[in-house]
Amino acid sequence: MNAEALAFYALAAMVLVGGFLVVQSRNLVHAAISLVPTLLGVAGLYVLLNAEFVTAIQILIYVGAITVLILFVILLTEGATGLRVRQRNEQVPLALLVCGILVVLFLVVLLRVPWGPPTGPMPAYNPGAVGRSFLMPYVLAFEVTSLVILASLVGAIVVARREG
Amino acid sequence: MAQLAWLVPLFPLASYAVLAFRGRALGERAPYVAIGAMALSALLGWGAFLEQVAGAPPYVWRAVWAVGGERTLTVGYTVDPLSSITVAMITLVGGLIFVYSVGYMRGDPYYARFFAFLSLFCAGMLTMVLANSFLLMLIGWEIIGLCSYLLIGFYFRRRSANMAQMKAFLTTRVGDTLMLVGIMALFWQFGTVDYHAIFEAVREGGESASAVVRLGGWEVPLATLSALLVFGGPVGKSGQFPLHVWLPDAMEGPTPVSALIHAATMVAAGVYLVGRAYPLFFYTPHHEALAVVAWVGTLTALLAALMALAQDDIKRVLAYSTISQLGFMMAGLGVLGYAAGLFHLLTHAFFKALLFLAAGSVIHAVGTNNIKEMGGLRRFLPVTFWTFLAGFLALAGVFPFAGFWSKDEILLEAYHHAPAVYALLSATAFLTALYMSRLVAYTFFGTYRGPAHPEPDPWTPEDYARAGLHAPHHGHGTPHESPRVMTGPLVALAVGSLVVGFVGIPGTGPEGGSWIHHFLKFEGFKEAGIHAPSFSWPLALRSLGVALAGIAVAWLVYGLRAVPSERIRAWVGPVYPFLRNRMYIDALYGWVFVRGGLLLAAGLRWFDVHVVDGLVNLVGGVTVVTSRLHRLFDTYVVDGLVNLVGWVTRGLGLLLRPLQTGRAYNYILVAAAGLGLIVLVSLWRL
Amino acid sequence: MIGPAHYLGVSALLFGLGLYGVLTRRNAVAILMGIELMLNAANINFVAFTKFVDPTFVRGHVAALIVITLAACEAVVGLALVINAYRHLETVNVDQVNLMKG
Repeated sequence: MNAEALAFYALAAMVLVGGFLVVQSRNLVHAAISLVPTLLGVAGLYVLLNAEFVTAIQILIYVGAITVLILFVILLTEGATGLRVRQRNEQVPLALLVCGILVVLFLVVLLRVPWGPPTGPMPAYNPGAVGRSFLMPYVLAFEVTSLVILASLVGAIVVARREG
Repeated sequence: MAQLAWLVPLFPLASYAVLAFRGRALGERAPYVAIGAMALSALLGWGAFLEQVAGAPPYVWRAVWAVGGERTLTVGYTVDPLSSITVAMITLVGGLIFVYSVGYMRGDPYYARFFAFLSLFCAGMLTMVLANSFLLMLIGWEIIGLCSYLLIGFYFRRRSANMAQMKAFLTTRVGDTLMLVGIMALFWQFGTVDYHAIFEAVREGGESASAVVRLGGWEVPLATLSALLVFGGPVGKSGQFPLHVWLPDAMEGPTPVSALIHAATMVAAGVYLVGRAYPLFFYTPHHEALAVVAWVGTLTALLAALMALAQDDIKRVLAYSTISQLGFMMAGLGVLGYAAGLFHLLTHAFFKALLFLAAGSVIHAVGTNNIKEMGGLRRFLPVTFWTFLAGFLALAGVFPFAGFWSKDEILLEAYHHAPAVYALLSATAFLTALYMSRLVAYTFFGTYRGPAHPEPDPWTPEDYARAGLHAPHHGHGTPHESPRVMTGPLVALAVGSLVVGFVGIPGTGPEGGSWIHHFLKFEGFKEAGIHAPSFSWPLALRSLGVALAGIAVAWLVYGLRAVPSERIRAWVGPVYPFLRNRMYIDALYGWVFVRGGLLLAAGLRWFDVHVVDGLVNLVGGVTVVTSRLHRLFDTYVVDGLVNLVGWVTRGLGLLLRPLQTGRAYNYILVAAAGLGLIVLVSLWRL
Repeated sequence: MIGPAHYLGVSALLFGLGLYGVLTRRNAVAILMGIELMLNAANINFVAFTKFVDPTFVRGHVAALIVITLAACEAVVGLALVINAYRHLETVNVDQVNLMKG
C-alpha cells in the first residue's frame, strides 16, 4: 500500500464517518461540527485529485463560511433545535431502505463501467486553467452564476430582515 | 449596430421589470417608461435593419450554454435581412400601438400593469425573432404565449375574458407541444438546435438528414416528420385551421392588445418561424412539407373568410380576417413564394394594426362592438373613417395600397406553382373585399343606430378606488372623435399602409424584380433552379378586378340595399347559421375535448374513490383483523414483529394513499426511489 | 492503485448519507446539512472525472466551482428562510410549517 492509497483511505474514512455523524447526531450542534471533518476530508480528496484551486475554494467557502453560517442559525433557533425536540420523521425505515438500495445500485454501476485512459494530460498550472475555462468557453455560466449570487444576496437580506 | 442587437429585447424587458415593481408608484407616467424603452429598441433595430439594407453581411453571435458530452447547446442571436426587417416592423408598429394605448387605456385602474405586459410581450417577441437557435426561439415563443394569456384576460373580472384566455392558452399549447416534440426530434437527429447547423445539414442532405423512422409500416423521413411537428407551433400561434378557434375569442382583451398581439406581431410569430425554418421545409423530398403548409394556409384563408362574412362583432370580423390573411401568408410560403409570404406578413402588420386601432377608436366612441348598432360614423369620426378606409383598401388589395402588392405576389407565385391554390386564394380575395366592405358599410355609412346594450365597465368601483381613480361615467350621447394621441398613430399607420407596399413594386430591385424580393431571398431556390415568376399585368389586373368586384357586390347589398341582406340570408338557408356559428368547430371541440376531459376526470375520480381508497381500506381492514388475531400472540412475540407489521402497513398506506401528503420529504423519498428505478432499468440495458 | 471507482465509491456513499439525512430529518437546518453532503458527493464526482476522464479543459473543476457557489447561495437563502420561519412560527420543523396547506 503506497502513500497515495493510505492517504485516500484515511480521507475517505474521515469523510464517511463525519458524514455519518452529520446525519445521525441527535444534537444538531454536534452534527454541524461534524460537517467540518467531512468537508475537510473532501478537500483532501481534491488534493489527491490534483485540484488545488477547488481545494482552496472548498476550504474557504464550505469549511469557513457555510459551516459557520449553519452553526449560527442553529444557535439562533435554539428553541426549536434543542435536545428535547424529536429530530426524525416517521419515514426512517423506508428512507434507510431506499438509500441503501440506491447506494448499492451506484456501486454496481461504477464497478461495471470500463474505465479507459484519460483523454489528455492535466494542465500544469491549475488555477490558470480554471480561470481560462471560466473566462472563455464558460463565460456565460460565469456571468449567470454571479447574477444568481446577487439575487440570493438581495433575497436573503429581504427575507431575513426584521420587519419594522 | 448588429453587434448591439442583443440589447434590442433587453430594453422592453427592463421596462417590464421597472413597471412590474414600480408601476403603481409611476401611475400616469408608466407609459413613458414603456415607450422610451421601445424607442431605444426601435433605434437599434432600425440601425441594424438599415445596415442590412446597405448590404452588410449577416451577423451571428453565439455562446455555449451547456455542454452534454458530444452535444452542445448554444444561445445567441442573428441579424440578417429577415430578422432585421421583422425587428424593424415590430418596433415601429409596436411603438405606435404603445402610443395609441396611452389614450385608449387612460383612466384604467391597472394602467401600469397593462404597459408592463405589453413590454414583456415585446421583449419575448424580439427575443424570438433575433434568436439563432430553436431553443432561444422557444423561450421567446413561450413568453409571447404567456403575455397573450395575461393580456386576453386583462379584464380579469369578466368571466368571458377568463374563458377566452384559457381557451387561447390551451389551444396554442396543443401546437406548442407538437413543436417541442419536433425540436427534440431535431436535436436528436442533428445533435444541435442551432439554426445554421441544422439548415446546413438538411441542405447537404447527409446521413443524419436522410434518416427515416417507421410509423406503423410507413417509412417516413425523419426530417419531414420534424418539420411538420415544428409546423404545429405556427399552426397554433398563427391561428391556422384546425387550431384557429382561440383567435376570435382573444378579442376579449383590450383593443390595443388585439392590434399588437392578435394582428400585427404575435400571430406573425408563426409565419416568421416558418420563414426562418424555411430550409427545413424546403429540403424535404418533393417539398412535401411545404405542400402541407400551403394547403393548411389555403384552407384556413378560405374558411376564415367565409366565417368572417357572418360575424357582427367588429373585432371578430377583423379577427377572422386576420386568420384568413395568416392563411394567405402560409399559403404564399408554401407555394415557394418565400419573399411573397414574408412581404405580406410585413404589410399586413401595418394595415391590420391600423384596422384594429381604428376599430378601437370606433368602440371607444360608440361603446359597443356590434356593427349593427353603429352606422353613419363617418360624420362623427372623420379621422378614424379615413384611416380605416386606408386599411380597408390595403386589406382588400386595391391599387396602390400595400395589400395589393403583397397579395398580388402571393397570387402570382400560386398561379405558377399551384393553380388549385391560386383559384382558392382568388376566391378568398373576393370574400375579403366582400366582408370588409360589409363592415365598412355597416359601421361608417347609413344612419347612426346607437348601442342597445353598451359594453359594461370591466372593473368594479373597488378597482378604481384602489387605484385612486373615479369610475368613468358611461353616458354616450353622440359619438366623438378620439384624442390626438390615438389618432396620431392611426394616421402614421395609414401612411405606412400605403407606403410599405412600394418596396414590392417591380423594377425597384435589380433585374426588374422588386426590392423586397432582392432583400429577402432564399438561397435554396437558385440552387434548385427555381425562378421567381416575374410580374405580369394580366394577373395583377385580374386580382384587382376580383377585389373591386367584391367591393361592388357588397356595395349593392349593404350600401344601396339593391338586394337586401335578409333576402340573401333566406336564400342560402342553413349556410348562414353554419357560418355564424363558426362552422360548429368550437362546439365540436367543446364537446369532444372539454366534456371528454371532464368525463375522464370524473372517471378517474370514481376510480380513486372506489378502487384506490377501497384498496387502502382493505389493507387497513386486513391489518386490523390480523392484529386482532395476533393480540393473544402479542404478549409472547417480540414487539419488533408487531412494529414490523404496523410499519409495513404504514408504508403501504403511504404509497397507496392518494399521494398528496403535502410533506416534501415524502415526495423526495418517492423521487429517490424513482431514481433507483431508473438506474436499475439502465443497468438492465448496460 | 487508486482509480476512479474508488473516488466514485466514496462519493456514492456520501450521497447516500446525505440523502438519508434529507429524507429523515425534521429540522430544516439539518436538511440543509444533508443537501450540502449530497452536493459535496457530486463535486467529488466532477473533480474525479476531470482527472480520470477529461482533464484538458478542467471542465469538472469549473462545474465543481459553480456548484460550490450555488451551494453557498442556497445555504444563505435557505437559512434566511429558516430564521424568518422561526421568527413567525417558532418552529423550524418542515412538517410543522404548513400554513399554505389547504
